[in-house]
This record gives sequence, structure tokens and C-alpha cells, in this order.
Amino acid sequence: MRTNLLKRLTAALAMGVFALGVGGGVAVAKTDLLVYTSIEADELAKFKNAFEKDYPDINIKWVRDSTGIMGAKLLAEKDNPRADIVWGMAATVLLQLIPYDYFQAYAPKGVEKLNPLYVDPKNNPPLWVGQRAYVAAVCYNTIEGKKNNLPIPKSWKDLTKPVYKGHVIMPNPGSSGTAYLDVSSWIQMWGEEDAFKFMDALHKNISRYTHSGSKPCKLAAAGEIPIGVSFAYRVVKSKAAGAPLVLITPEEGLGWEVEAMAIVRNTKNLAAARALADWTISRKSMELHAPGYAAVALPGIPNPVKDFPDVGGKMIKNDFAWAGANKARIVKKWTARYDAKSEPRKK
Amino acid sequence: MDEARAPYLKVENVTKKFGDFTAIKDICLEVFESEFVCFLGPSGCGKTTLLRAIAGLDIQTSGRIEQAGRDISNLPPTERDFGIVFQSYALFPNLTVFKNVAYGLENRKTSKADITARVNELLQLVGMPDQGPKYPAQLSGGEQQRVALARALATSPGLLLLDEPLSALDAKVRLRLRHEIKELQHKLGVTTIMVTHDQEEALTMADRIVVMNKGVIDQVGTPLEIYRRPASPFVADFIGAMNFLSAVAGGDGTVRIHGMELSAIEGADGLDEGAAVTLCLRPEDIVTRGVESGAPNAFEATVADLEFLGSFYRASLTAKGVENTRFQADFSVNLVRDLGIEAGKSLTVAFPADRIRVFAGT
Amino acid sequence: MTDGPQALVIEAPLVKPKVGREDWVMRAGLAVIGVYLLVAVVFPLYTILSKSFQDSRGLFVGLDNYAEYFATPALFYSINNSLTISVVSMVITVGLAFGYAYGLTRSCMPGKGVFKAIALIPILAPSLLPAISLRYLFGAQGMIKGLLMGETIYGPIGIVIGEVFWTFPHALLIIFTALSLSDARLYEAAEALGASKLRTFFTVTLPGAKYGLISACFVVFTLVITDFGVPKVIGGGYNVLAVDIYKQVVGQQNFQMGAVVGLVLLAPALLAFVADRMIQGKQVALLSARAVPYEPRPDRRFDLAMLAFCGTVAFIIIGILGVAQFAALVKFWPYNLSLALDSYQFDLMDGGSWGAFWNSLKLAAWTAVIGTAVIFTGAYLVEKSKGFERGRGLIQLMCMIPLAVPGIVLGLAYIFFFNAVGNPLGFIYHTLIILVLCTVTHFYTVSHLTAVTALKQMDAEFEAVSSSLKVPFYRTFIRVTVPVCMPAILDISIYLFVNAMTTVSAVIFLYSADTQLASVAVLNMDDAGDTAPAAAMGMMIVYTSATVRLLHFLLTRGIARRTQAWRKR
Repeated sequence: MRTNLLKRLTAALAMGVFALGVGGGVAVAKTDLLVYTSIEADELAKFKNAFEKDYPDINIKWVRDSTGIMGAKLLAEKDNPRADIVWGMAATVLLQLIPYDYFQAYAPKGVEKLNPLYVDPKNNPPLWVGQRAYVAAVCYNTIEGKKNNLPIPKSWKDLTKPVYKGHVIMPNPGSSGTAYLDVSSWIQMWGEEDAFKFMDALHKNISRYTHSGSKPCKLAAAGEIPIGVSFAYRVVKSKAAGAPLVLITPEEGLGWEVEAMAIVRNTKNLAAARALADWTISRKSMELHAPGYAAVALPGIPNPVKDFPDVGGKMIKNDFAWAGANKARIVKKWTARYDAKSEPRKK
Repeated sequence: MDEARAPYLKVENVTKKFGDFTAIKDICLEVFESEFVCFLGPSGCGKTTLLRAIAGLDIQTSGRIEQAGRDISNLPPTERDFGIVFQSYALFPNLTVFKNVAYGLENRKTSKADITARVNELLQLVGMPDQGPKYPAQLSGGEQQRVALARALATSPGLLLLDEPLSALDAKVRLRLRHEIKELQHKLGVTTIMVTHDQEEALTMADRIVVMNKGVIDQVGTPLEIYRRPASPFVADFIGAMNFLSAVAGGDGTVRIHGMELSAIEGADGLDEGAAVTLCLRPEDIVTRGVESGAPNAFEATVADLEFLGSFYRASLTAKGVENTRFQADFSVNLVRDLGIEAGKSLTVAFPADRIRVFAGT
Repeated sequence: MTDGPQALVIEAPLVKPKVGREDWVMRAGLAVIGVYLLVAVVFPLYTILSKSFQDSRGLFVGLDNYAEYFATPALFYSINNSLTISVVSMVITVGLAFGYAYGLTRSCMPGKGVFKAIALIPILAPSLLPAISLRYLFGAQGMIKGLLMGETIYGPIGIVIGEVFWTFPHALLIIFTALSLSDARLYEAAEALGASKLRTFFTVTLPGAKYGLISACFVVFTLVITDFGVPKVIGGGYNVLAVDIYKQVVGQQNFQMGAVVGLVLLAPALLAFVADRMIQGKQVALLSARAVPYEPRPDRRFDLAMLAFCGTVAFIIIGILGVAQFAALVKFWPYNLSLALDSYQFDLMDGGSWGAFWNSLKLAAWTAVIGTAVIFTGAYLVEKSKGFERGRGLIQLMCMIPLAVPGIVLGLAYIFFFNAVGNPLGFIYHTLIILVLCTVTHFYTVSHLTAVTALKQMDAEFEAVSSSLKVPFYRTFIRVTVPVCMPAILDISIYLFVNAMTTVSAVIFLYSADTQLASVAVLNMDDAGDTAPAAAMGMMIVYTSATVRLLHFLLTRGIARRTQAWRKR
């Protein structure tokens, strides 16, 4: 390991500044499939390898960044889309792009076997097909929690108790889609007025709002804060890395988001894009989708992660259309209330 | 000057404007082959502008310039035929002396051997035969200017333009280089125009001097003409030392200074009696040895002050009985000793009529 | 002689200068640079800034977006915060940089070369590195969080520390140059007049460095107010304008509002810029040809004091980077502090791989090579060509714009312009070319100003001499101008290289599957929670840039020995 690293470093330095060569050419005429995605980066290789094993003549080329960056990039490219397929992208983002005639309808093989919640209800054949769902979750750092004598919260409402003052971090819905997921789920569960009353109370306990949706759990994992509001996959991953985290799924209900795919209207690699869509909802692929996620589109595939809570029953009835249509208004209201004077607060 | 000769360079009605500002106005000038002409004037008089127009570096707004019978009015510098030397030398600092001189030759179809021969010849000519491998920064200012000269001459241009070439040098080096440049110019016979604000430089080097002021030419002439017969008070003042005295025209070529009458003065003929005039006379033209009282234009004066200037004394004098008339006279060391001139002494001095210039107005 | 009332004023016919072959070459060159700047700067920026006058469907709505934006109370907090942060950072940075530069130029303390090298390190680091360091130092688990006395690092304190760290080298370079250009004779005169050290400082040193100080103030101010990297990662909920753009564009995909904030942000930056230009314009050459460079004399107490000051600053810089290196090696902060090299297995990490590192190297190298060539040639043509005043003025203005444009705005602008249907340059989209183009543009202004400064120091008559010798200007450009300006050219190339290695804000929208970048990978790895690999990759960037800098130093010295021999007397 060590010598390998040193070798690489020396090679890097030896090649030095002017390593201007173009990347090595590919011998066989494979189809390059340009896939825009926002799935967690550490999953990319897993999916690529598995897919290309089944389709050796297709070569997946990922363009991966956070949901916000990819959403902005997709929207900026709307007049001349570049991707062949958008895959593993928050359905909210896809819904936002549909009015621009961004996608073409396609019913992947086996779509009829999927949970109908995961398939575009408005179009047949569907414009988008969901792959899996991720849920909002709270992560709790046991070491820091104990240090501060914080009981493990069981519900969203628990988080508003004075004992948690300054010990909670959540993302800013103005910057993060995950945060909006939380906010919109609270509104859908309790109605707008009660939800904002809840947020007023929660705001008093919030140490600060982050720009990234995954950051709160990351900060909790690093002991920067005892409690972070984020999503479940992050918790699973950080725990695996050795973080003293507990995954909490508040009892009132959980907001959730579908990770979905849609074929871009002007793709030149339609066959390859369809192949990826078909493969994605195959059983084998769905099993790859499962770890750490609340549920996958194909029913009957368990989450292999040990101790992963059963969240199926807690997922709220999420109206994506409503959430999308009201996003601008709600974010503005939220910003005016909680972001306008986000002076740093002392502990 | 041989008037029958066709001029080598003809400048006709040249005007150059920078926006609203007119730098030179309606300039007409002729320069003859092998002539050394100086553009002389204070800074801002337009002399450099005229030089740059001739070079094509800043082409004139209107007017015509002809060189060797060819209309070059609108040609870019590359299509003209001149070599130029600047005050800053503008030597290429990263090239050796040899490469600097060879710079213009290398771009022509000249063989390497010929270039080497020519460069060595030029370095010999400017007195720097062994300095080829050095870089400009290793040379003194005077040496750098010699290299710049060699570089400008390398391509044997028909016209050599020198823009204040000596101004950046120390006084001693300047004196030496004056002679060297003049000698070189004489030897090569290259038509040369030099811009300078140093009248001494112009007087010693030029065949003819073009005195400029505020964008126009005040006078063109040989150094002697310019010095002896300045065409305007400006020229009179700018070149050499000069006494300016307010006077009144008396008719018949006489002028009066506060009642004292001076006669037989050139330039005073056409003036109406009673007109205000300025009388000009150089300090060294005032005589006292052997002047008897009652001689023409002689009068009594008192030495107010005596200043020793090395090779001569400059005396401040006041005419006796005439208020507010103070003028200066240069007396040789011998004269001061012989006549025992000192402050407070009275002398009989004369203004020689043929040396007095009179200009209308005060 | 025209006198008398009847004299007619006849306008002499104007001379129309003949356009020679060289003029055509020069004009063609200017045209190429002009078109380049239109394509790389003006057109793309127009595509995005025009959106501030449109609704989401692209219909013209006049100033509606501005009205809406200015009706939002959050805006005023952001403007206020932005100005506060910028001014505070400016004062601290310029103060520290002045003290540091003073020590380097006016004292006889030992190790000046090392101190100068250390001071320039922060430029080499992606802005995430100091952020990670600050978290490890001052965060909830921070090693020395007690120093903050209960204040949080996630807010204005963190932003200011991060910005000071990042802008310190910029300010130092400018002030160092200003202090180096001092005339020893002034000091001798002050001493002869019996002025005290303090009085000399206020009457000689400060006025001499005045323009450098002002310039440093404006540069730091502009850099801070347009930066979103530091406030985003360490600023917590403290809103500044640059982060507002991020929220509008990335958080809500509201390009119209993003464009509005972008234009609002342009205002203070442009104002600072114009003021700076005006003051610079008044500057006369401080150093006459006969000035004698100042040589400090040893003064034990003063030298020790300066050594202590510079040592402290250098220690802080090294310390911050040292913590980042520590972060790269620690297994799981703060619960497993054992060290390992796992973090360097980038291929197994999220968001980045060794491929991204190579791509960054390629991008940096191309940016340095092409950028330097374009920028220096462009500056030469603008500085040394004749006529065409208006066109040249416009080109000059276009060269200045990029400094005031935040990276996000530039990146999106490039998508809108280069990905537009029917753009013949569309083929460069998603390639390395667009990344190079964008990066060159992003860092155009400072490079351009460096080139112009170097060119202005050249004898103005070189072109006149060569045209009198009938040597075409381009030959003199190659044979004289370029060699003489080689130090500045190398400075520009290293500046571009280093910045291309660390830049994120613009290229994050433009990279593609084959052109992932290390600097983006650092951000993504950190986003994914892999702090250690993020720090590791960040430090790889630092080491690479430092290596290149070292090579640059050796190269400069080598070149100096051979081609700059003429500089020595």
C-alpha cells in the first residue's frame, strides 16, 4: 500500500506539469452513455460495474454532483440538453424540468411490477420512473449526546424541547432540497400554520442552518453537534465509518423523496438509455439499490442493512406536485422568518 | 546655402493635432542633402512632434512631407528611409551590443559574413571596436548612445533622426559626444535632424537651426544668423544672454530710452515715431575700452555689481541719470584688470548700432 | 499669413495614413483579441445578466425582479454582512501584510526568503482546506476552541479568518512590491534632518507605500466580497451576497434572482475597481532612474521584533496547513485518531479519483500555457498598438470585467452561451477546452494587469526603433519584448496554474464525465462526509502547486542566469 502510494506520487511528480496528453483511446466502438446523476458518489462504481457486465457494449459516463448543482446545470441546459439520461435524481428536480419538454416517455421492461407510487402517474408511458426512496431522518451522536445529557429524541416535536437548545443542526431549504423535503413534509402532515409554529419553536433550538443537506449528519458524525436533521443513507454510511451515531425516524411521519430516472428528449443513444432504464428496475439492480434506503421501487426487496428501522409505515403521503408548485412561496416565507437575520448564535 | 539645389526633405504646411490641442501648426521647412539641422526650442514647442511626423511615428493631421523626391506623407515608418536615436537609447536590453547593431541588418537578405563585417565597421566607427559581446547594461550612458547611433546607421538610412540624444548624459560625456556625432555626420554625409532644447548644443553642432516656439517656426538660419540676428524677441531670449530694454521709436532709425537717444539702429526704420519698442543687445556686445564720451551711442554708466564667471565678468550697469535702466555687460578679465572696474565705478559705455536689434512692442 | 477680415479659413485636407502590412497584422491581432474577449467574457455574461430582466419563461419583465429582490429584508442583511466582512477582512489582511512586508523589506531579520515563500502558500490551497483546519482547530471538538471564548467559528469569525488566510498573499505581494520601490536617499535625508524612526515611518515609509496599500485594500475587498467558497463552508447562517447567489441558483434554481444578486454584487466590486484605477492613474513613477535602493541596516531590537511578528504569522499559516495535512491522515476525527494513508486511495473515494487529479493538472497546464500567451499578447497589442483608440479602450474594459464576476455567475453564463442551440462553438461544451477558456477568463484581470505593468516598464521606443530598422513589430515582440518580460510572463503563468488547480466556483458547472477536477473532488468528498480524503486531495493540490512554484523559481533563476544576464551591471 505504502510503496504503491509512493510510486504513484513519484510518477505524478515525474510527469510533472506538462502532462498534456489526451486520455487513452478506447479500442472497441462502445456506446458512451452520458448519465447525469446525484446519487452518492461512492455508489457510482457499484452500479456502473454491474450494468456494464450485463451490457458490455455500453460505457456509462457519469456526471455527478449534488442535487442543487445538477438541478441548476440541467435547467441551464434546457434549450439544448446534453445528457442521454438523467438517473438517480430527485423526482422533484425532474418534475421541475418536465414543463420544458425535457424528457421522452418510455416504459422500461417490468415497469408494471413496480410500486405505482414510484411511476409517473400523469403520463402513460411514463416520463419518469422511480428507483428508490430516501427518507428524512435525524441522527444522534451518542457520545456528544451523553456529554450534554441529551435524551434521544423520539419525535419531531421532541426537538423543540428546551433541553436541545443549540444542539440541533438542519439544512437551509433555500440551499438544500433535503431541507425542503423536511419542511414540506411537516406542512403536509400538520398544515401550514401548525408546521410553521413547530418551526418557530425548532428555530430556537437550531445551532445553525447548513447549505448542504447531508452536512448535518456529517457534522453529527464528527462530533460538531449532537443532533443533525438529514437523511438516512448518510447515517448508515457514517456509522459504517465508525461514527457513534444512532438513526432516528421520528414517529409522526417522515418526508421522503424518490430518486428517479428519465430519458432526455434528444438523446442520440436511445437504445443504450433504454437499456439502462430496463436494467435499473431489474431485480438484480433493485437489490443493489436497497442498502441504506427506505424502500426501492420493486416490492419485496429487503434492506440488507442491519438494524435499519422499518420506515415503510412512517412515510407520509407525499404530494410531489403540490410540493413543487409551492416551493418558491414556502422557501420565501421560511427565509423571511428564519434566514433574514441568521446572526450566529452563541451556545 | 546653395539655393539651386533641390531640397532632400520638404515639409509643407504640416499641422498635427492631438484632439483639440494643436501641437504644430502649418510648418514649412526644407532640409538639404548632407545637412545637419537642429530643431531647437523649449519643451512643448512641437519640435519632437515634427520629428515624429517626419519619421511617420505620429503622422501629421494635414500637410505634406517629401523625402528624396518621394511623397512620404502618409507612409508608415517601415516604408520610409530613416534611422533614429532616442534620448533613452532604446537599446534592446536582452541583446548584446553586436546583436543590437545587427538587428536591422538581419532582417534583410544580408549574408552572415557581411553582417559581421558591417557591424564591426560601425562599432569601429563609433569607437567601440571590442564591445560587441557586452550587454547594454554593462555600458556607460555615453557608450550606450554610441551603440544606438551605430544601430541607427547600420542600414545606411538616407536620413538620421536624433531625438534629444545627449540629454540623458553627464555634462562631460555630452561635450565629447557632441563633437563625435558632428564629426561622424560630416564623414558619412548623412542628412541629419536633431531635436534639442539645449541652445549650446544646437549652436555647436548644426549647419542650420530651426527655432520653434508654441508649435510654429520662429526662425530658420545658420547658428551665426540666429545668434546675431534673432528674428523675434523669443529667439533673442532663448539663445544666448540678452539685454531687453524698453524704449520708444524716435523716427529715422533712432530710439530713445528715457530721453537718451540711440541712433542708426537696424529694424527701427519703419517704426512710427513714439511707438513702444524693445531694444535687444547682447552683454558681450557692449563696449567700454576706448569709448570716449560723446561717441555715437555712448553714455555714462555705473557698475552696480560685478559677477566673476571664470573666463569673463558679467557686470550689472545702470545708465547715469536714467532711472530704472539696468543692463548687463560682459567684460573680459583683462579689461576689468586694465580699467580697474569694480562695483560703484563709473564707465563710459557704448551700444554699437550694428549689434542692436529693435522689435516693436514691449 | 492670414490676416485681414476677408481671410478665409480653408481646412487643409487631412492626411489619411496608409495602412501598411504591419498595421494590418496588428489590427488583425487586435480584432482577434477583441473577438476572443467578446466570446469569452461579454456574450456569456450578457446571456445570464439579461435574465435579471426576465421571468422564468424568458419574457422581459423590466425591473420586476429587482423590485422583488429589494423588497426582501434578507437582502439588507446580506449587503450589510458582505460589506462588514469585506471591510474587516481588508483591514486585518492589509495590516498583517504590511507588517510582514515591512519586516521583509526594512529589517535585517534572518530567513527572509523562507518567510516570503511561506507567506505565499495560502494561494496554493483550495479554500476548503482552511475551512477543514478551522473546524479541527476551533469547532466543537476543536483542539484550541477555548481561544474563541465561547464564540462559534461558524459565522463571521470563521469567514474573516478564512478570508484573511486566503487573501494575505495577494496583499503581501502588492505591498511588498510597493515597499521595495523605495529610495534610500529619502531615508538618508530624513536621518540627516534628525527625524525619529517613527516620524520617518509616517513621513517617508507610509506615503511611499500609499498607492500599494490602497491597491492592496481594493484587491482584498473585491476578492472577499465576490468569494462564496469560504462563507459557504464556514459561514454557518451568516448570509453574504455571494452565498445568496449560491442559494438562488443552486438551492432554488432561480437564475433570474441569481442574476439580480450577481448584478448587485458587481456594483461594489466595480466601484472598488474604478476607484482603484483612478488612484493608480494619479501615481507617478516613484522610482526615478537615479534612485538608490534602500538597504536596511542591522538593528538588533527592531530585527528581533520583526522576526517575532513574521514568525508568528508564518507559524499560523503553516499551522493551518499542518492541521489540514493531519486531517488527511487521521482515520476518523475525532473518535479514531490513528493515522493512515487510506485517504490517498482516491479511486475508492466518492467524487474523485486520481483521474480527477490528472485532469486538474492538464487543466492547469493548458490554462497556464494558453492563458499566458493570449493574455500577454493581448496586453501587448492593447498597450503598444496605435490608433483605434476607442476599440482599444473597449478591449481594456473587457479585460477588467472578470475580476468583479463571481465564479458561479461565470460558470452558468458559459452554459447559457456555449450550450445555446446553434452556437458554432457548441462543440467545446463538456470538453477540457471550455474549462480552460473559463478558467483563463476567470483569472484574466489580474494577469492582464501584471502584463500591462511589465510592458509599461519597457522603453516606449522599442517599436519605433524596430520600425525604423524595417523589422516587423512581431519579430521584435518575439526577440525583445517576450525575453525582456520573461519574469512577468512566468509570474502570470504560475498565477494561472495555481488558480486553475484550486478553482471551483465556475468550473463546477462545466466539467463532464471525462473532465472531473481535483478541486471539485475536494468539495464533493467533503460533502459526502469524507473529510480525510478531501483534505488529502486538497493537500495534493498544495504540494503540486508548491512543486510547480519551486520549479518556476528554479526556472526563473536559470533563465535569469542565461537570458537576464543583461540585468546585472
